[in-house]
Amino acid sequence: MNWMEKLSFYFQFPLVRYALIVGVLIALCSSLLGVTLVLKRFSFIGDGLSHVAFGAMAIAAILNIANQTLLILPVTIICAILLLRTGQNAKIKGDAAIAMLSVGALAFGYLVLNVFPTSANVSGDVCSTLFGSMSILTIRKEEVWICIILSILVIAFFVLFYHRIFDVTFDESFARSAGTKVDWYNLLIAVIIAVIIVLAMNLVGSLLISALIIFPALSAMRIFKSFRAVTICSAVISVICALLGMLVSILTGTPVGSTIVAVDVLAFLICYIIGIVGGRG
Amino acid sequence: MSYMIARNLSVGYEGQEVLANINFEVNKGEYLCIVGENGSGKSTLMRTILGLQPAISGEVMFMDGLKKNEVGYLPQQTMIQRDFPASVEEIVRSGFQGQMGWRPFYSKEQKQKALENMERMHIVNLAKRCYRELSGGQQQRVLLARALCASQKVLLLDEPVSGLDPNVTADMYDLIASLNRDGITIIMISHDIGATIRYATHILHVDNRHTFFGTKEEYLKSPEGFIAAHEQELECEGGRK
Repeated sequence: MNWMEKLSFYFQFPLVRYALIVGVLIALCSSLLGVTLVLKRFSFIGDGLSHVAFGAMAIAAILNIANQTLLILPVTIICAILLLRTGQNAKIKGDAAIAMLSVGALAFGYLVLNVFPTSANVSGDVCSTLFGSMSILTIRKEEVWICIILSILVIAFFVLFYHRIFDVTFDESFARSAGTKVDWYNLLIAVIIAVIIVLAMNLVGSLLISALIIFPALSAMRIFKSFRAVTICSAVISVICALLGMLVSILTGTPVGSTIVAVDVLAFLICYIIGIVGGRG
Repeated sequence: MSYMIARNLSVGYEGQEVLANINFEVNKGEYLCIVGENGSGKSTLMRTILGLQPAISGEVMFMDGLKKNEVGYLPQQTMIQRDFPASVEEIVRSGFQGQMGWRPFYSKEQKQKALENMERMHIVNLAKRCYRELSGGQQQRVLLARALCASQKVLLLDEPVSGLDPNVTADMYDLIASLNRDGITIIMISHDIGATIRYATHILHVDNRHTFFGTKEEYLKSPEGFIAAHEQELECEGGRK
């Protein structure tokens, strides 16, 4: 079988098509707020939250909750709010708080999974939560629906508040002086980040989420110079990388999360070179 | 009628008082300069006037129909802005954010007004350029155009010429003076006494011991004004040698 035949064979299964839709939506959502995250120096919050999501997942697993997202999502959102509060009051303390919370959640999650094993293969479970499933085909149908609904919410939020997000990212002092509710928008951004992280955990696993959020934005920033162009470009890069990554993973049997991130890294290198060449020209 | 009156205002951070007992009044069309040494709390005072931080005691009243979000602020540049991918047009338009209410996008009139303000600042040709690639003087014009979008009544400028070379500084002062002639009230922080004396109508001299507020003429006769002007002269002479 050559690779075209192999692909068309796989596409006969609805599950594969769902998986691709979910992957594209997650990639799109995660890229949208990437620019804001990078510029506001919030990337570390994304990283910390993904570990929290892992801890929450562990608890959801031992409690045997059928739909784990329902527990992981609120826990992650609450932590996002807490982190933002401490992070704003004092810079150094905020950093330490994030480190504490993320490493603590990671250790706690692993501990809980080992003390109360729910399956025979604990290390296999942990590995797939941290680095994503071996195959995207393990996504269940109700997860697909949650994914689609949350993605639509994230995209709608982003489009409606696009200008306000720009305002609070570019110049907080000016935004405050103009009466924009900066704290409220920061909170909203943190909540959306939490939603995206929980979403993306299904696709790439909790350790690799940050890559999905920041790489497309950093790539786009190498080439484009206006906020709108960077945002659009990072969405396009993210979707293309996710599609390519998923196809490669289906064809070669590599783990889907790390394959997508590898393609993202490659895209960043290409954009970096284009940026240097274009900058000189 | 006054736009703004400050009564027994004390400002500072976390309960720590930096400046105390400030009284001043700004009327429509005036040009108030806030002068004082570096670290004397001028920016803190401006942030308090804008409501970005609470006053320790006393109050600033906005009057004559001036609303809190009807002031155009030109803050000092932040680290974030140095690597921010944003076009000049996007930044200037963001000046309208206080007037948006729940509307998500800018209206046609707002886009037109943004263009007019860019014309006024002579930066229309830069509209599509990236902010971080502009010179310091051009960047300040962009931020000034943004402040104009926010307000046609009062502008609060926090050291608008810091880091600019002498020619660009003079241009910037002329530009601000022309806005003032058009009827826009200016409140500016400066440590350039020479320019202050040339352009301002009123002066607020702040200092951790005492403050002075009055017209430019009164200031020049006061001990604070005399010392400040004298020091500036010495500095200029030193520069010539």
